[in-house]
Amino acid sequence: MKLNWFKYAAPQSFFVLSGKLIKPLMLIAAALFVLGFYVGYIKAPTDFQQGDAYRIIYLHVPAAWMSMVMYVAMAGWAGLGWAFNTRLSSMMASAIAPTGAMFTFLALWTGALWGKPTWGTWWVWDARLTSELILLFLYIGFMALHAAIDEPRRADKAAALLALVGVVNVPVIYFSVQWWNTLHQGSSISMTSAPTMVKIMLIGMLIMTFAFWAYAFAAVFMRVRCIILEREKNTEWVKTYWEQQ
Amino acid sequence: MLNLFLCVLQRDLLLAMRRRSDVFVSLSFFIMVVMLFPLGVGPEPEQLKNIAAGILWVAALLSSTLALNRIFAADYADGTLEQMMLAPEPISIMVLAKVLAHWLVTGLPLVLLSPLLALQFGLPGEAIGVLFFSLLVGTPVLSLIGAIGAALTLGLRGGGVLVSILVLPLTIPVLIFGAGAVSASVSGMEVAGHLQLLGGLLAGSLALTPWVIGAGLRISVE
Repeated sequence: MKLNWFKYAAPQSFFVLSGKLIKPLMLIAAALFVLGFYVGYIKAPTDFQQGDAYRIIYLHVPAAWMSMVMYVAMAGWAGLGWAFNTRLSSMMASAIAPTGAMFTFLALWTGALWGKPTWGTWWVWDARLTSELILLFLYIGFMALHAAIDEPRRADKAAALLALVGVVNVPVIYFSVQWWNTLHQGSSISMTSAPTMVKIMLIGMLIMTFAFWAYAFAAVFMRVRCIILEREKNTEWVKTYWEQQ
Repeated sequence: MLNLFLCVLQRDLLLAMRRRSDVFVSLSFFIMVVMLFPLGVGPEPEQLKNIAAGILWVAALLSSTLALNRIFAADYADGTLEQMMLAPEPISIMVLAKVLAHWLVTGLPLVLLSPLLALQFGLPGEAIGVLFFSLLVGTPVLSLIGAIGAALTLGLRGGGVLVSILVLPLTIPVLIFGAGAVSASVSGMEVAGHLQLLGGLLAGSLALTPWVIGAGLRISVE
């Protein structure tokens, strides 16, 4: 059987596919979240230096990862939509933006909650915190520009350009702890060497990360379905879809 | 290509000179914002000296952002921009000339005036020199990055606030290194690193942004 990779590039077929995927993804997200919560908050030992305050990392680190990954994904989809005029790509980009902004906010918020007991302050203007805050503003800028332009195609392209320019910020966030000697500690996990943390903590964090991934997919799919219905409202299939509802 | 560049530059400067009040408005805005801080935070000389770099840089950033929508707006409104884009010459040259003209009209006066304002904040002579130089290198970067936002928001309602939201996050590095250079000079540290990074930002944005601005204009005008 020959696979047709472009089948789901059509909003109509993707609408059906994503509709089927949302429920399983949500279930996976919930199950992993419960499991990750159990491992991270009950099973994992208390940290020798930071006490129980360290446990915020089970939310903070996955949220911060997601915020960066989703920005790159958003810019990538937006760029694809701009380059190839594929409608669904641009819709994906606009569907990703709010969830990405939410994760960015979550990373900043949990970081502040962690910073108060460990650093003694809610916020410092160090390189990583500042660049993460800039990321939040880039998400907001993307959404604001998209919302300000009435014509959808122009909105897609303009927002795509902005998103692509903003991508320069992502490596800055990622490497900020190496480039600048600041308060935010370096990474405990890397692809190339053994992590400098206890295995059970690492497992808890990875489970949480997968939970966040599953949630992000489900949330983006839900939003993209709404966008598809709105943008394609003049097509035949959307009209029949509404009649069937 | 140089002909086109000079031609657009001359035209834009001429237009700006015919409407001189626009230049003075953004310059006055710069002075006003700077003036508000000593009145707001109190006139202690030591404190003012410490925050002078940040204030002058933020004021420069704000007033250059405020003037951004003038780069393309008038030409867009009367259709000149469309005609320019139909021309066979590369759009990035035209864009570069327009941004340079805009900087000469709104950025350069502000740079020239900055030493005077720095004196009011009691900055030492050396720091004033650093401030002048950092603004001289940094404000063109602000205009270049800002023009991206100006191109994308052409003809939109509420464009003024929107352009600030789009552009300000991208200009933060310029602010950090520009104000950082002056602060470093005030506290007697090495300034070369900051200025070199600022120069690097200028070189990079000079090379890359004209294409981005051109792409933005194509999206907005098509």
